[in-house]
Amino acid sequence: MDLTLSPEYTAFRDHVAKLLEENAHLAPGPEDKGLKHPKRLAWQKFLIGEGLTARTIPKEYGGYGAEPDILKSRIIAEEFARSGVPRPLAGQGISMLVPTLLELGTPEQKEKYIRPTLHGEMIWCQGYSEPGAGSDLASLQTKAVEDGDDYVINGQKIWTSTARQADMIFCLVRTDPAAKKHHGITYILFPMDTPGIEVRPLVDMTGSANFNEVFFTDVRVPKSGVVFEPNKGWQVANATLTHERGMLGDPNATKARFVELVELMKRETVNGERLIDNPLLCDRLMALQAEVYAMQANGLRIMTSRLKRESVGLAGLVVKLQGCELNHQIAGLAIDALGELGVLYGDGEHLRSEGSWQWRYMYDLGLIIGGGTAQIQKNIIAERGLDMPREPKPAVRA
Amino acid sequence: MEFGLSEDQTLLQETVRRFVAEQAPLDLIRKIAEGDAEAKQTIATGMDELGLNGVVIPEELGGAGLGMLDAVLVQECLGYGIVPSGFLANVVASSTLSSVDTGLAQAIAAGEARFGIALNDLVSRRDGAGLSAENGGLSGTSMMALSAEDATHLLVCDGEGNLHVCAPEDHQVLSTIDRTRVFVELKLSKAKSQMSVTDDRGALARACLLLAADSLGASQAMLDKAVEYAKERKQFGRVIGSFQAVKHLCAEMAAKIEPSRALIWHAAHALDMDEDEAQVMAFLAKAHMSEVATFVARTSTEVYGGMGFTDLVGLHYWFKRIGVNRQLLGSPAQLRQMAAVAQGLAAA
Repeated sequence: MDLTLSPEYTAFRDHVAKLLEENAHLAPGPEDKGLKHPKRLAWQKFLIGEGLTARTIPKEYGGYGAEPDILKSRIIAEEFARSGVPRPLAGQGISMLVPTLLELGTPEQKEKYIRPTLHGEMIWCQGYSEPGAGSDLASLQTKAVEDGDDYVINGQKIWTSTARQADMIFCLVRTDPAAKKHHGITYILFPMDTPGIEVRPLVDMTGSANFNEVFFTDVRVPKSGVVFEPNKGWQVANATLTHERGMLGDPNATKARFVELVELMKRETVNGERLIDNPLLCDRLMALQAEVYAMQANGLRIMTSRLKRESVGLAGLVVKLQGCELNHQIAGLAIDALGELGVLYGDGEHLRSEGSWQWRYMYDLGLIIGGGTAQIQKNIIAERGLDMPREPKPAVRA
Repeated sequence: MEFGLSEDQTLLQETVRRFVAEQAPLDLIRKIAEGDAEAKQTIATGMDELGLNGVVIPEELGGAGLGMLDAVLVQECLGYGIVPSGFLANVVASSTLSSVDTGLAQAIAAGEARFGIALNDLVSRRDGAGLSAENGGLSGTSMMALSAEDATHLLVCDGEGNLHVCAPEDHQVLSTIDRTRVFVELKLSKAKSQMSVTDDRGALARACLLLAADSLGASQAMLDKAVEYAKERKQFGRVIGSFQAVKHLCAEMAAKIEPSRALIWHAAHALDMDEDEAQVMAFLAKAHMSEVATFVARTSTEVYGGMGFTDLVGLHYWFKRIGVNRQLLGSPAQLRQMAAVAQGLAAA
């Protein structure tokens, strides 16, 4: 056990901290709205140039080209969190498509898509879930029928973030309806301005449209968009789903929220008494602090296993379930502590923290469900972590 | 940067795990619960042979020169096998005394001194408990002293929070749900304080963390047993472990246990490094582990169904180990309050 950094890494941390501090004025502000605002793109370009994002992606595809170093990646993430400087772009194109293409894309696909995606010039959305294919994603029905050099696609996707802004979609479609459900799926890329695509915003309980529904009617796309091979889309998608689950439940983000909650409870009063001085609220706060410590320590343990290239095991399988639940509880305590003011939302003079605790309380429930529901996570923990038997499949009637 | 166990620590863990599995089977624990002194001595002798009592004592004093993280790993193994032992009390006493009384530390390492500890009054005083130190004599009672029944020395606390070493005098055994371990009420009357140490709750933090590690081990044992049983037991023509209702209970236990393990390791390391947050982490680690362990104790028993409720499989010994650990040296609510005070979030 050694939680100190070697001189090389201490120096790296200082270097990153200095870079961010000296160049913070280049970063976009809240007024620079829009995914492709010139200031955002310039900031992204600067960050890539300094190796603060796209760090391990080869230079020939527009990345920084460094050797993978988990510890350096972590230091960079921590310094962004500490400095409060806007983070690099992190859409689904960057976090999920790029790793997939690097692993399985053709040379042409890598050449064409990775660089503009990393630089924020090409926005992607993910076409996976369907109304009838949520937890059971492999039962998806959006159909792609071969026609010469093209596929003709019909069907519907849901839970598609950034579909309205996206230039491109990476999409799972059924190309072989006769095959078993995992074997008839193809992973394909195509432009969102292809005729026949309709995007409808999906308003959720937070009151905003964080997701969309996407409808395909006779959408004709070239076969050259297939990643890896036709009917092998399930394998392609699985590589990236692992990535998505890793992103949810980041202990550093949870810690930051906890610190915010402590500040809130020290600052706010009710009946002339500070919220933190209420023993029941303080008790709940301390219970959450223990969990925050636990998830941070768990995160350090996972990182060490990865550094040593050892299997992460149960410690990794529980992160999404525990992390999302903890975030939800932190928001829940903030709302309880704020009492009748905790329900204010939108705007108004009594609103606290811009209504963000309510927003998080609702959005975090979405995250408990999304990216593999809590119940699916428990199946995974039991089956892969505890080696318990899978649910027997019911006999399928012809 | 490395958050994990060294090769030596893994080896230590394996050694103690093997000792527990081979030398302390449930049959032996049952005998101890029935008051078999010989059975209890078997374990004490075995632990002496492994040199476990000197784990945190410096090598030049005859110990192993290791730290709290190592002690925590040993305690987790003891909790896994619900092994009654004086390990916790000896570790707490020797880590407190090593720097002030090398002779006593040497005696602990050599197995000549066996400590009992009575620190409960630092957290909780009921029924008039508490020791006062006047004119060098310690008088009063102290509830739920650990390993004091056959100790050669006692580490006790007075009303000011100072620690003292004294010889055992009178005590009364307290009958608890856990028959495998002996807890006593100390009764001292002008007992001579052989030495006094101002400690600022370091000993308490160590004791709390070791209890947390003990409950971690007991929880892991209960989960392992529940999972094993769920893979064998059949109902409705299927093993019950294939039902999601059962599987999810096991997943919930694992999901709570695994981060708790990292928390306890981290808290132990913080104590070893004497970090500012160390006490807060130790108190919160015990509070949190107690909550998790209580959940596991109840849930694993449910997975076992009716058999879990019987004496036949003996699962209740782990249930009771966890239940007692939870209340020793601070219930979760008391410890959370102490953690809030220690970081200036609540008034003392």
